Amino acid sequence: MAQIQPRSSRRRMVRYGVPVAVAGVAAATVGLVPALASSGDPDLPKISAEELVAKMTKANVEHLSGTVKVSTDLGLPSLPGGSDGGSGGGFGGPHGSGDRAENDKSEKPDVSPGSELTKLASGEHTLRFAAAGPDKQRVSVLESTGEYSLIHNGRQLWAYDSAANAAWHSTVPKGAHGKKGKGDDAAGPASGATPGSLTPQQAAKQALKAVDTSTSVTVDGTAKVAGRDAYQLVIKPKGAPESTVESVRIAVDADKGLPLKFTLTPKEGDEPAVEMAYTKIDFGKPDPADFRFTPPKGADVTEAKPHQGSAPKAPEGLAGLSGAKIVNEGAGDWSKVARIDTGMPGGLGPAAGAKPGGGSGEQAQKLLDGFTKEVKGDFGTGRVISTRLVNALLTDDGDLYVGAVTKEGLVKAANQAAR
Amino acid sequence: MSQAETATGGLAPHSPTRPARAVWTLGLFRSELAVTFRRWRTLALLAVLAAVPVLVGIAVKIETGDGGSIGGGEGGPAFLSQVTGNGLFLVFTALAATLPFFLPMTVGVIAGDAVAGEAGAGTLRYLLVAPAGRTRLLLAKFSAVLAFCLAATATVAVFALATGALLFPTGQVTLLSGTSVSFGEGLLRAAAIAVTVALSLVGLAALGLFISTLTNSGVAAMAATVGLLITVQILGAIPQLDEIHPFLFTHYWLSFADLLRDPVYWDDLLKNLGLQALYAAVFGSAAWARFGARDITV
Repeated sequence: MAQIQPRSSRRRMVRYGVPVAVAGVAAATVGLVPALASSGDPDLPKISAEELVAKMTKANVEHLSGTVKVSTDLGLPSLPGGSDGGSGGGFGGPHGSGDRAENDKSEKPDVSPGSELTKLASGEHTLRFAAAGPDKQRVSVLESTGEYSLIHNGRQLWAYDSAANAAWHSTVPKGAHGKKGKGDDAAGPASGATPGSLTPQQAAKQALKAVDTSTSVTVDGTAKVAGRDAYQLVIKPKGAPESTVESVRIAVDADKGLPLKFTLTPKEGDEPAVEMAYTKIDFGKPDPADFRFTPPKGADVTEAKPHQGSAPKAPEGLAGLSGAKIVNEGAGDWSKVARIDTGMPGGLGPAAGAKPGGGSGEQAQKLLDGFTKEVKGDFGTGRVISTRLVNALLTDDGDLYVGAVTKEGLVKAANQAAR
Repeated sequence: MSQAETATGGLAPHSPTRPARAVWTLGLFRSELAVTFRRWRTLALLAVLAAVPVLVGIAVKIETGDGGSIGGGEGGPAFLSQVTGNGLFLVFTALAATLPFFLPMTVGVIAGDAVAGEAGAGTLRYLLVAPAGRTRLLLAKFSAVLAFCLAATATVAVFALATGALLFPTGQVTLLSGTSVSFGEGLLRAAAIAVTVALSLVGLAALGLFISTLTNSGVAAMAATVGLLITVQILGAIPQLDEIHPFLFTHYWLSFADLLRDPVYWDDLLKNLGLQALYAAVFGSAAWARFGARDITV
């Protein structure tokens, strides 16, 4: 077969240079633009840690809308075939794991904030947040082909889940509402399941609560977050060798004093365990229509029971925590361990373990050994569920010890409590 | 105009007047379009695509006919549970169901066959005899493949809409954010989604066209394109590889659902379009480089 050479090999090379150049330019753009955008930390006047904290607590941002990226990597042991249940189960013990499955069977899909927000405990999520004063907030969790919205407008609290086409409604009692509104920033109500609870502001507030003598607070340079200049506040536990927390880093808007980014890094591993950051923020007034909600046609509407509405506790899996007692009051804030009486003697033994898994006892035992470790101490025997941030010990007597402390610290605290 | 270019003169200077050039390009595109859409194979592919929403619609109707409901939001293609409430959602369900595999597969077949099929059948050199030039021939081929992307998506959407409107109630459309909009705006959003889905396939079309210029066997090009699609889908499903996921052309495919939010969430949609444009630029120019420099021996 005679090969006809259409062009000299040099011109051919030039031709092939075009796609290579296009790919190269694209790669350079992808690689350089974010690097250029984030490089050059803004030059801001020096500020002391105290001034920055004061600025942050005084911050009063009424109107705000933005996009928040939340990524959580607690290093939870993943259960086969049920990541949602796994995250609840890992943290809340046997309370959490069954929740989802039971709810699915019931007639009306459960879209109350508690069961939904447990999902945020693992993985990466994009949230849209809007606020207009303490009375109006809206947060939407953007799922790949669905959305979960939580809308707070005056005394009305609505939740809507698009995948199930179901809504949940609750009325916030008057008293509670007035108390919350006073002197609060845009994050609004401090209680569990209001839209504000998912923002960097709220996370920062929780972290600042722990600030006392056992904590070192420093300002560590500046950063650019969501296109805004920010100071970096670093909070580190002091003299708490048992704490699993390495540091908490908060990027505070230099102008508004609003926390824009919250990063919690555990001692184990370099990746942050919790990171919440605005990727876009706008201090303009959001469209009032954003806070209006009428349940769409055909949607199942669940009315919250009055007692549920007054104090919407966040994840239902953590409901048991209400009866929690701190067992080592003497310890610093960072090494506190809570004890919860689950009222379920037998703990995570084979019988209890088999229930959620549905497998035979032997299989359940194997599974159990996979993500828990048996420990012995003055409290008897128990099993420790470890994550990068939180460790939990469930004794055979049905006591659950939970704390952001190392396994050794947890066992020590449990021993003290048992004595 | 009678001066015929030789197969070797892809970009050789020739000087027909501008309008004549435009007419030539248009004519070339028209003939490519006719070649593509008159094939039985193309019509069969479109028929398969049309059958998907009809089957899904009938299945949902039968299952919910006795008053039952489609179980929860989990399992099955997205939006399936909303179909009974509003027939328009069948459009979104059908697109979400066909987008991972059916739709791109048909595009892979058409794009893979575009050049290699002609070469295999021995008709490519006759095409090159026409004074259109290789670049314009390639552009015409690419445009025809893009037209097929749009036609394939429109087929799914239109049949889904017809089935949905026949079997289920229509009316106010509930967006993902819980707000209701009129049926007219819902239709508008559905059209925008169909266009977005069609544009999502541009990257694969360019990739298929490039593969098509590499070989003289149409079947090999089709198989390679579809195989690549499957590989990318598998890579996209492996969580350990999440570092490379944003660069896979399938990564933002489901972002079309963001058009159903209120307000529309543009971030991923724009990333998708940018990524598709990038794939089109890289593999389009690669196809151009390969096709222009290639020896046409059959």
